[in-house]
Amino acid sequence: MRILSPFIAVLALIAVALVAAQVPGGQALVGIILPYLAFALFLGGFAYRVLYWAKSPVPFRIPTTCGQANSLPWIKQNKIDCPSSKLGVIARMFLEVFLFRSLFRNTKAEMHEGPKLVYGSSKFLWLFAILFHYCFLVIILRHMRLFMDPVPGFVAALEFGDGFLQIGAPVFYQTDAIFLGAIAFLFLRRVMLSNIRYISLPGDYFPLFLIFGIAFTGILMRYVFRADVVAIKQLTHGLATFSPAIAAGQIGSIFFIHVFLVCALLIYIPFSKLMHMAGVFMSPTRNMVNNSRMVRHINPWNDPNIKPHSYAGYEDEFREFMKEGGIPVEKE
Amino acid sequence: MAIMKADKLGVSVAKGPSLMTGAVPKKDWPDVEAIFKPGNYAYPAKKEMIEYHSQKTLPTHPGLFGEARDWDPETDDWKLPENWKEIILNGIKERLDKFRSLKIFMDCCVRCGACADKCHFFLGTGDPKNMPVLRAELLRSVYRNDFTLGGKILGKMAGGREMTFGVLKEWFMYFYQCTECRRCSVFCPYGIDTAEITMMGRELLHLVGVNINWIMEPAANSNRTGNHMGLQPHTFKDNIMYLCDDIEEITGIRVNPTFNRKGAEVLFITPSADVFAEPGIYTAMGYLLLFHHIGLDYTWSTYASEGGNFGLFTNNEMMKKLNGKMYAEAKRLGVKWILGGECGHMWRVVHQYMDTMNGPADFLEVPTSPITGTRFDNAASTKMVHISEFTADLIKHGKLKLDPKRNDHRIATYHDSCNPARAMGLIEEPRYVLKNVVNNFHEMPENTIRESTFCCGSGTGLNTDEIMELRMRSGLPRANAVKHVRDKHAVNMLSCVCAIDRATLTSLNNYWNPDVEVCGVSELVGNALVMEGEKERETGLRFEPLAGMEG
Repeated sequence: MRILSPFIAVLALIAVALVAAQVPGGQALVGIILPYLAFALFLGGFAYRVLYWAKSPVPFRIPTTCGQANSLPWIKQNKIDCPSSKLGVIARMFLEVFLFRSLFRNTKAEMHEGPKLVYGSSKFLWLFAILFHYCFLVIILRHMRLFMDPVPGFVAALEFGDGFLQIGAPVFYQTDAIFLGAIAFLFLRRVMLSNIRYISLPGDYFPLFLIFGIAFTGILMRYVFRADVVAIKQLTHGLATFSPAIAAGQIGSIFFIHVFLVCALLIYIPFSKLMHMAGVFMSPTRNMVNNSRMVRHINPWNDPNIKPHSYAGYEDEFREFMKEGGIPVEKE
Repeated sequence: MAIMKADKLGVSVAKGPSLMTGAVPKKDWPDVEAIFKPGNYAYPAKKEMIEYHSQKTLPTHPGLFGEARDWDPETDDWKLPENWKEIILNGIKERLDKFRSLKIFMDCCVRCGACADKCHFFLGTGDPKNMPVLRAELLRSVYRNDFTLGGKILGKMAGGREMTFGVLKEWFMYFYQCTECRRCSVFCPYGIDTAEITMMGRELLHLVGVNINWIMEPAANSNRTGNHMGLQPHTFKDNIMYLCDDIEEITGIRVNPTFNRKGAEVLFITPSADVFAEPGIYTAMGYLLLFHHIGLDYTWSTYASEGGNFGLFTNNEMMKKLNGKMYAEAKRLGVKWILGGECGHMWRVVHQYMDTMNGPADFLEVPTSPITGTRFDNAASTKMVHISEFTADLIKHGKLKLDPKRNDHRIATYHDSCNPARAMGLIEEPRYVLKNVVNNFHEMPENTIRESTFCCGSGTGLNTDEIMELRMRSGLPRANAVKHVRDKHAVNMLSCVCAIDRATLTSLNNYWNPDVEVCGVSELVGNALVMEGEKERETGLRFEPLAGMEG
C-alpha cells in the first residue's frame, strides 16, 4: 500500500492532465493558470515554511563536532568539521550542501558470527544522491532556455556540455539518462534493502514516482513525440513575460502532462520532506560555530527564576556535619 | 537481574531473528506494540522522588514532572492524568516554539536510512525502532498528524499517527533505549540529531509523569547534597581523605587537598563517582597526585561536588537548576576559574549549555595555567577548562616529571566518550597525554573512535542493573572494537575520560572481554608521575604490582 497508493496517485495526476488537455479551455487551465498558481503556492509555501522555522529561536549552541576543536595552539584543529569561526562554518556548509559531506562518510555495518561487527565503506547512496541532485539542477537550468530571450550563455554552454556525445538528433543529453538511472536506483534501494523498505512512507515514494514521471514525459516529448518547440517556447516565454498565449492545436498532450506534473511537484514541495533543500541550511548541528566556551550564546527564553539550591540552604542542612568534618562554614 | 552468558547472547545477537540479521518483521512498525516485561525497562521513579522534585527542585514550574504516584509499566494502567493527551500535544507545541532544532528535525528527514546502522542500540538489538530514523518517527508521526497540513488532511497517508497510549508506550521504551550519543547525527545529511529528539521525547514523557528512578533519584541527590551519590559533606571529604591515605601508602607522599576553601585560585569539579566508586577513585588519585606535583592552589567543593548533570537526561529546566551550583560556588569561594574532571555528559553541559543557562561568569577570569602561563582562550567566556587540556599543556611545557615505564604493565587503548568527541571536539588532548604516560598504546578501528566513537551503551541514566541485557547488547559495538585490539595487540586497559564510562565499560568488559580493565586517563598520569621525595613505587594506584615488580 505504501508503494502502490503513491504510484496510483501519480497515474491519476497523469490521467487528469490527459483529460484536461483534450477538453475545451483545459489547455489554458493547465498551460497558463496552473503554472502561475503552482509557482505562487510554491513560493508562498516555501517562504511560509522557512519563516515558520525561523520563528523559533535556537536556544543552545549545539553543533555536532566531527573533528578536533580549537584548543591549545599546538593541537591541530579540524577547522571544517569542527569550526570555531564563521568562515569554517561556511566551508562546512559548502561541503555539506554541494558535496553531501556527511553522506560521504556513510558506512555499512554487518554482524557476523562471534559476534563480530564489520564496517565497510558504502558510497553508493552518496554517489546516486549526488548524481540525482546535480542532474536535476542541470535539467532545471537547461529549461531556462524556454523562459529567457536571448538564451543566457551559461545555458547554451550547459546544453553543449550535456550533449557532448553528439548522439542522435535532437542531441541526446546524458543528464536525462543519468537522472532516470539515479531515480531508479533510489527507488530500487528503497524497495530492496529490507530496513529502508521498512522505514519508507508513501511520502517517500510519491516524489520519486512524480519526478520520474516528469523526467520520463520530458524525454518522450523531446525524443519520441518531437513536440513543437517553437509553439512551446512561445507559451513559456509568454508565461515569463506575463503575456501568455497558447497556439491552438500545435502543442501535444504530452506537454500538458509534463507541465501538470511539474506543477504538482511545485505545490507538493512546501508540504513535504522535499523542504530539506531549505532545512539543510538551517540545521543547528551543522550551521553553528563550535565556540560555546569562547563566546556566550544567548537563549531568549532563558528562565532567570531557575536558581540552584542555595549554598545557605545546603549549609543549614549539613552545618553540624561540616563543622565536625573540619569543612569551613559561613555561619558558626 | 541475572542475564544469559556472553557466549549465548553473542549467538542471539548474530543469529537471532532481527532486522540486523535480515529478518523483517511481518507487521508494519506502527502496528508493532511495545510490550514491557522484566528486563526491558528501567524502573519508574519512586513516588517520593517526584514529590521531592515538585516541591524542592523546581517548585516554580508545576507540572514539569507530572503527578507523583506508583505505577507499573507492565500493566496497561499507568495512572496517567485524564487529559494526558492534551498535555502531550500542548507540550509538543511549546517545544516547537522554543526549539528550532525540533521543527527542522521533524520536517527535513527524507528517510534515506544513512543513520540506520549507526546506532549501537540497533546494532545490538536489531530492533527496527532503534534505527534513529524510526526512533524519531515515533514522535514525527504524531507531529505530522497534529501539526502539519498534510497530516491533518491525509492522516495516515501522510505518515500521521494519532497520539495514543500505544504511542506513549513506544516513547517510553525507545526514548530510554537511546543514550543521546549523537553518532547518527554525524552521518545524517541534514545533521538531524537524535539526542535532540530523545531529549524532547523525555521532556514530554515527564509532563505526564512517565520517568525512571535511576535518573530521578540521582537528580534529587544532586540537588540536595550536591552530588548524585548523595554523599553528605563530611562523607565526601572522608572519601577523598581515604584516597590520600592510599596515595601515601603507595608513594610515601602525603597530599593535602582542601575543601570549600575561599580564595583558592582554582575550583576543581569532577563527577562524584570519582571519589566514591572503583575504578573512578583511581582517577581521583591521579588528580590528587597531579595537583600536588605542580603545587596547584585549588579547592574541592562539597556543595558543588558533582560534575555530572542528571538534568540533561530529564529536561532543560532541571539541567539548568543542577548546573547552577558550579558558578554559584565559584562566585562564593572567589576563585579565578574552574577546572573540570573527566566526564562525558558533564562536558556536554559545560561546553554547550552552561554559559548560556547560567552565565555570564563575569566574576571569573579567563583561565590561565599558573604553572605554564598558558591562557585558555578557548574557554574565555565559560571559564572552565578540561583536565585533559590542562594536563596536555603541562606536559607540552615539560612541567611534569613522568616515568611512563610505570605503566608498562598496561597496554592501553582509548575510548572517545560520546560527548567530548561529538559535542565538544576534545579528541587529541587525551591522546597526547596518554602517549606521554604510557609506552604501549593502540587505537581501536577507525570507524569506532573519534567522531565515529561508539557509546558505552549505558549513558543518559541507563546504567541501571535491571536492564543489563539491553546494556550488554547496546555496548556490543564498543566491546567488539575493544576485543579487536585485545586480540591483535593484547590490549589490557581501556582508558577514557568519562565517569559513566568508567562504571559502565567495566561491566561491559567483565561481560564481553573479561581480561580488559577500565581506567581514567588521569589514573595513568598519576601512575607515571615522579613525585618529589617519593619512595620507590612497587605498585600502581590500584595496588597492582608494576611490571618487573610482580611477586
